[in-house]
Amino acid sequence: MMYLKAFIVGGLICLLAQMILDNTKLSPGHVLSGFTVAGGLLGGLGLYDRLISFAGAGATVPISSFGNALVKGALQEVNQHGMLGILTGMFQMTSAGITAAIVFAFLTAVTFNPKS
Amino acid sequence: MAKKRLGMQTVQLEQPPVIIGAGSAAGPMEAEGPLGLDFDQTYPDLTIGQQSFEKAERQMMIDACNLALKKANLTQKPPQIDYFLAGDLLNQIITSSFSGLQLAVPFLGLYGACSTFCEGISIGSMLIDGGFADKVLCAASSHNAAAERQYRYPTEYGSQRRPYAQWTVTGAGALVLASSGQGPRVTHVTTGKVVDMGIKDPFDQGAAMAPAAVDTIVTHLKDTGRKVDYYDLIVTGDLARFGHEMAIRMAGQQNVVLDERYKDCGMLVFDPERQDVHSGGSGCGCSAIVTAGHLLKQMAQGKVKKLLLVATGALLSPTTFQQGDNIPAIAHAVALEA
Repeated sequence: MMYLKAFIVGGLICLLAQMILDNTKLSPGHVLSGFTVAGGLLGGLGLYDRLISFAGAGATVPISSFGNALVKGALQEVNQHGMLGILTGMFQMTSAGITAAIVFAFLTAVTFNPKS
Repeated sequence: MAKKRLGMQTVQLEQPPVIIGAGSAAGPMEAEGPLGLDFDQTYPDLTIGQQSFEKAERQMMIDACNLALKKANLTQKPPQIDYFLAGDLLNQIITSSFSGLQLAVPFLGLYGACSTFCEGISIGSMLIDGGFADKVLCAASSHNAAAERQYRYPTEYGSQRRPYAQWTVTGAGALVLASSGQGPRVTHVTTGKVVDMGIKDPFDQGAAMAPAAVDTIVTHLKDTGRKVDYYDLIVTGDLARFGHEMAIRMAGQQNVVLDERYKDCGMLVFDPERQDVHSGGSGCGCSAIVTAGHLLKQMAQGKVKKLLLVATGALLSPTTFQQGDNIPAIAHAVALEA
C-alpha cells in the first residue's frame, strides 16, 4: 500500500512540475527553486512531514523535501540554541544530501567524459 | 548616396567577387542528416579527437578553412589570403581567433550570432569590390555541446527541451572570395537592421528571428526592384520549422509571397522524422555548412542559378536574458548568381 501511495504522490508532484514547465515560460531553474521554497513553506507549517508519513519516498525524493529539511533543521536548532540556530541549523539535516551531491558530481566528472 | 548603394540597405557590387572554393566540416548528427553526403568532412563523434568541445569546434573551423583553401588552390603556408573574416557563438569568439592564430593571415573577428556567415561574405565582398583585397577567407562555426552549455543548459543538466526548441548544429563552413576566377558571384549585399519583436524565450529563436529575416528580404526586394520569382531559391539561415512558417505569414502581410522556392537551412540540415531535433537546426554552423556543403554544390551543378541567402541571428546573451531583456535579432542577405 505504501508503494502505491509513494508512486501516486511522487507522480503528482512531478506532474505539477511538468505542467508548469509545459504551460508557462518558467525555466527549470524557476521550478527547482519554486518547489524548494514550497517544500520549505509546507515544512514550516508542519504539513510536509504529514505528507511524508502518508507517502514516504513519494514525498522525500522530490526537491520539495529538500526545502522541508532546510526549514526543519533550522527550527530544531532554534529550539535548542535560539535565533542563531536559523544560521547553524539550515544545513544540518541537509548536509548529507549536499555532500553526497558534491562528492558524486566530482566522481562523475573525474570518471566520465561529457557527451551530447 | 554612395555610388554602389541601392535603396536603404543594399550594396550592388560593381565587379561581383567570385566564390572560388568552399569547405564544410560537420558533426555526427549532421552527417546522418539528409545532406550528410554533401559535406566535405564529417566526424564520428562530437569531441573530434580533442580534449574539450571548444577545442573540437576550433579543429572543425580549421578543417573547413583548409578544405576551402585547397579547393581554391591556395595551398601555400601561410595562405595567400588578404583577410580572414570569421565568427562563432562562443564568448570572445574564441573559435575564430584561435583559428586565426593558426592561419597566420590578417584577421577580423565578427559576431552576428547565427547571421555571421552572411556578415562575413558581405564584408569580404565589399573589401574585394572596393579594391582593398584580392582574396578573402570567410568562416563561421558552431558546436552543439559548447553552445548549449554557454547559452542554455549543459547536457549533463538533463533539461527538457520544448517542442519549438532548435538544435544547435555542430559544423563549420568556410569559403574563399576572390576578385576573379570561376564560381558563383556575390552580386548584392543587403545588411540587416536589429529587430526586436518582444520575444523573451531563449528557446524560441525562430520566432525572434523571423521578423528580422522578413524585414531583410522585403528590403532587399524593394532596394533591388526584384520580385521573389527572380530567385530560384531564397534560403534563410536557421528559422527552422516554426520560424519558417512565421516568416511566410509575415512576408504575406507585406504582400511578398514566399512560395516553395523559400527554404530554411535549419530544416534542410536535419530530418525531423528520423532525428530528434524538434523544430530544426540553428547556430552559425547551420547556414555555413548548408551553404558551403550543399547550396554552392547545387549552384555548381546548375540546379540553382540565382540564390538569395539570408542568414539570421538571435542576438541574445545569457546576461541580457537573465536581466529580463528581449531577444533582438538580425538578418543579413547576400545575392549569389552562378
